[in-house]
Amino acid sequence: MSFSSDDIARLARLARIRLDAVETNDVREKLDAIFSLIDALQAIDTAGVAPMAHAQDVMLPLRDDIVTREDCRARFQAQAPEVADGLYIVPRVVE
Amino acid sequence: MSGAFGSIVELAAGLRAREWSCVELATDTLARLRDSQAAVNAFISVDEEGALAQARAADARLGAGDAPVLTGIPIAHKDVLMTRGLRTTCASRMLERFVAPYDAHVVARLREAGTVLVGKTNMDEFAMGSSSETSYFGPVRNPWSAECVPGGSSGGSAAAVAAGIVPATTGTDTGGSIRQPAALTGICGLKPTYGLCSRYGLVAFASSLDTPGPFAHTAHDCALLLNAMAGHDERDSTSVSRTAEDYARLIDANAGTKPLDGLRIGIPREFADDALEPDVVASVEEALAALRSLGASTLDITLPRLSYCVPVYYVVAPAEASSNLSRFDGVRYGHRAAEYDDLFEMYCRTRAEGFGAEVKRRILVGTYVLSQGYYDAYYLKAQQVRRLIAEDFTRAFAQCDVIAGPTAPTCAFTIGAKANDPVQMYLNDIFTIAANLTGMPAMSVPCGLSKQGLPIGLQLQANYFDEARLLNVAHRFQQATDWHSRRPS
Repeated sequence: MSFSSDDIARLARLARIRLDAVETNDVREKLDAIFSLIDALQAIDTAGVAPMAHAQDVMLPLRDDIVTREDCRARFQAQAPEVADGLYIVPRVVE
Repeated sequence: MSGAFGSIVELAAGLRAREWSCVELATDTLARLRDSQAAVNAFISVDEEGALAQARAADARLGAGDAPVLTGIPIAHKDVLMTRGLRTTCASRMLERFVAPYDAHVVARLREAGTVLVGKTNMDEFAMGSSSETSYFGPVRNPWSAECVPGGSSGGSAAAVAAGIVPATTGTDTGGSIRQPAALTGICGLKPTYGLCSRYGLVAFASSLDTPGPFAHTAHDCALLLNAMAGHDERDSTSVSRTAEDYARLIDANAGTKPLDGLRIGIPREFADDALEPDVVASVEEALAALRSLGASTLDITLPRLSYCVPVYYVVAPAEASSNLSRFDGVRYGHRAAEYDDLFEMYCRTRAEGFGAEVKRRILVGTYVLSQGYYDAYYLKAQQVRRLIAEDFTRAFAQCDVIAGPTAPTCAFTIGAKANDPVQMYLNDIFTIAANLTGMPAMSVPCGLSKQGLPIGLQLQANYFDEARLLNVAHRFQQATDWHSRRPS
């Protein structure tokens, strides 16, 4: 596995992480090494094996659809970088 | 008084005999915490006022005469578990000033059980690491050697117990993050069966692997902590609903001179690894001989796909992390960049500034393995191999009751030695990852010291929900050995 700088730039865009040139190069080298470890998996025959997404193959339980929580908007919004009138403020996305 | 290095069992007895009060115990603990902080850096936040208030309440509860065993026992939680009113940082700049609006389920359970919360422990950023070096708040140092790491990611929790600051802490284990630091600092650490302890309020790293669990000096103490931590929680959809059990019941039972009579211990031949330090091999061999002298028998078993655990983990965990950590976008909580032109740039700068290098790398690995065209080759493939590994373990547990071997291939390594080589760092977890992939319980018990005087851990693994037996085996081993009583100089 060998990543190009363009590959890393595309991943960084997808992941919404800004990387400068030095970081891009460092990430590229380290991802090459990490994927040389991961690529060992390709040697295993997994034809017909059901993927294991979870430690226990159990059905997710359903709980009764009833209101159980108090109104915690103010408490939660106290953590936000910017709020106004009970709303989270972000840069304008629609002109 | 000095409660340093006292076990929960000893401290609880002293409280009931009125040798000391909960307030004295808390005051003593806080003094040790302050004194050790410059050398060990085990803590990110301390709550002196809160601790003393809880200790006063615990004294009142003890005075009333119906106090549970953990009443008044000082405890610290890994800073990835939410604590209402006390900041929870995940050792990241991203959450440097985040004060959780609610308690994690295990935090609430331990509060109800009467423990006195003194602070939050340092760790690898977002629990991603095996050395506790990637913390935004500086590395944790091993109480046994200031030049060495304490392991990770729950390194602060392990170091806080190993240094004799608190008798108990919580950690979380996604690939070995309780067991490996327990081994490297000479204490006990338990990763319970996945689903036994709720993940509610645990800031998610890899949701199908993350497991909260306890650290303490002894297996007996771990059993008492698990009694409080385990239990169904409808707010975690993966929390299992089971009848409550006493995990100390086998420990409390009378046993003769051969307390492990009839126990079958499987020794995987794959554990004979070239990367193992000779001192680790020798200590584990001695531990197995001690277990045999207690009546257990050992047999060779095989786990043919053990070597694939690390590659499977480094697909599954980053994939889940890239999804989980997408919530840190500078909108609802946490860090937001000061300068940006539009929303996209706000996200990118916020995450560039808020996350450290290892967290970014894992998000990028996860983004890649989940991206269009690569999902089947990596993520699906890893999930298939995960099933094959789990089947190997299920077959092994048809032949034996517990599996034993080293927790980590080496003793504590020097700070900085592996910091720039992620693959070498990842291989620290070669023996611990399997229990996370399968969801089975496992623990580390101190079993020796290297020639350099650094601790070595024995890992014991068991089948699903077999914690009582696992803890009993560790307890009987500790009754016959004194490695858990050795202290850093």
